[in-house]
Amino acid sequence: MSGFNKVVNSYDEAMAGLEDGMTVIAGGFGLCGIPENLIAQVKKMGTKDLTIVSNNCGVDGFGLGVLLEDRQVKKMVSSYVGENALFMQQLLAGELEVELTPQGTLAEKMRAGGAGIPAFYTATGYGTPVAEGKDVRDFKGRNYILEESITGDFAIVKGWKADKFGNVIYRHTAQNFNPMAATAGKITVVEVEEIVEPGELDPAHIHTPGIYVDRLIVGTFEKRIEQRTVRT
Amino acid sequence: MALTREQIAIRVARELQDGFYVNLGIGIPTLVANYVPEGMEVMLQSENGLLGMGQFPTEDEIDADMINAGKQTVTTVTGASIFSSAESFAMIRGGHVDLTVLGAFEVDTSGNIASYMIPGKLIKGMGGAMDLVAGADNIIVTMTHASKHGESKLLTKCSLPLTGAGCIKKVLTDLAYIEIEDGAFILKERAPGVSVEEIVSKTEGKMIVPDHVPEMVF
Repeated sequence: MSGFNKVVNSYDEAMAGLEDGMTVIAGGFGLCGIPENLIAQVKKMGTKDLTIVSNNCGVDGFGLGVLLEDRQVKKMVSSYVGENALFMQQLLAGELEVELTPQGTLAEKMRAGGAGIPAFYTATGYGTPVAEGKDVRDFKGRNYILEESITGDFAIVKGWKADKFGNVIYRHTAQNFNPMAATAGKITVVEVEEIVEPGELDPAHIHTPGIYVDRLIVGTFEKRIEQRTVRT
Repeated sequence: MALTREQIAIRVARELQDGFYVNLGIGIPTLVANYVPEGMEVMLQSENGLLGMGQFPTEDEIDADMINAGKQTVTTVTGASIFSSAESFAMIRGGHVDLTVLGAFEVDTSGNIASYMIPGKLIKGMGGAMDLVAGADNIIVTMTHASKHGESKLLTKCSLPLTGAGCIKKVLTDLAYIEIEDGAFILKERAPGVSVEEIVSKTEGKMIVPDHVPEMVF
């Protein structure tokens, strides 16, 4: 690597430095916009005791679900984990910890983490199990709970196109949590479908500026569909 | 007769107004999109990051990168926008969505709602529901009035873990349209052919019955 060039040439290089016990923030919603090859690399590395921050945990055999097969995950921080039998099995057996976090709070925790904001107040979750043990404060007659932000040792992100400097554009609703995840990693790794030369992307259309991106790699993607619905 | 799923959707659709931005939850709320009155424009918000959700795609249009919050493949309408999850929940939490329709297991006379967890049984998570109920001012809860075993879901106090506290003012069940005010359910409308007595007997929480309770017309 030299200058602003963020491109790496292998998935081994992309995830180098990942160690047992680390926190990994992953973009994606369901199976849409997930960094599927970076997840596969984590599986290949066999890293254990990971805390994974991601809206969902994939499905059995695909996405983050594959990390459950060899018990690599110690804890999941997610809003919804219903699509995964192995997940439920490990959770009920006490082999896996889960911190259920409201979806908007999860997005804001990542955003705040990446923006250097340690915590924020939100009305979401007040009076519910999510509020347990959290500071409550009244602003203008309404109660809010204090939520701490999240940063990760690694953030793994799926983009559509990027230039070599790591300026990233997402495609359609595959954007979801990816831009926030990208800001919140000590090391942010982005995999994309196409890498172009700097200058080829319109600067005003960049979703994630290259300043957040440490490593960039081009991959090929299965893009599995979770609920295939069509009109006839 | 108790309302069908379609009738519940039709009744909710009468609350729509031209120019509304609307978030519809999974299940019956999704059906509301089928009954938007002729000549009215509404824009559907999907919390994974889409404003202006369209119908399901044709086989040729299917795109893995184009889904809704139910993870179903969808299309966009003309004038749609797509954004991040943080932006999506800024809209929701900032109170910018005009109407939110979602399901529930229980509601109570304090406006509390339980919809995401049955301890020991269902532990899938709240998704965006806690954000939606905390952020929206105008929420309609759709649910069956009682369980299959006849247990009321309109309670003095929710028995299940809450999704939100004191945030529900309107409930549409298969038997009645109800508003919550000053610690009581107010019976506003009843399903065609359903008596006030039946509704009261299937409502565990305090219910106020006005002199005249109109029947819904379909």
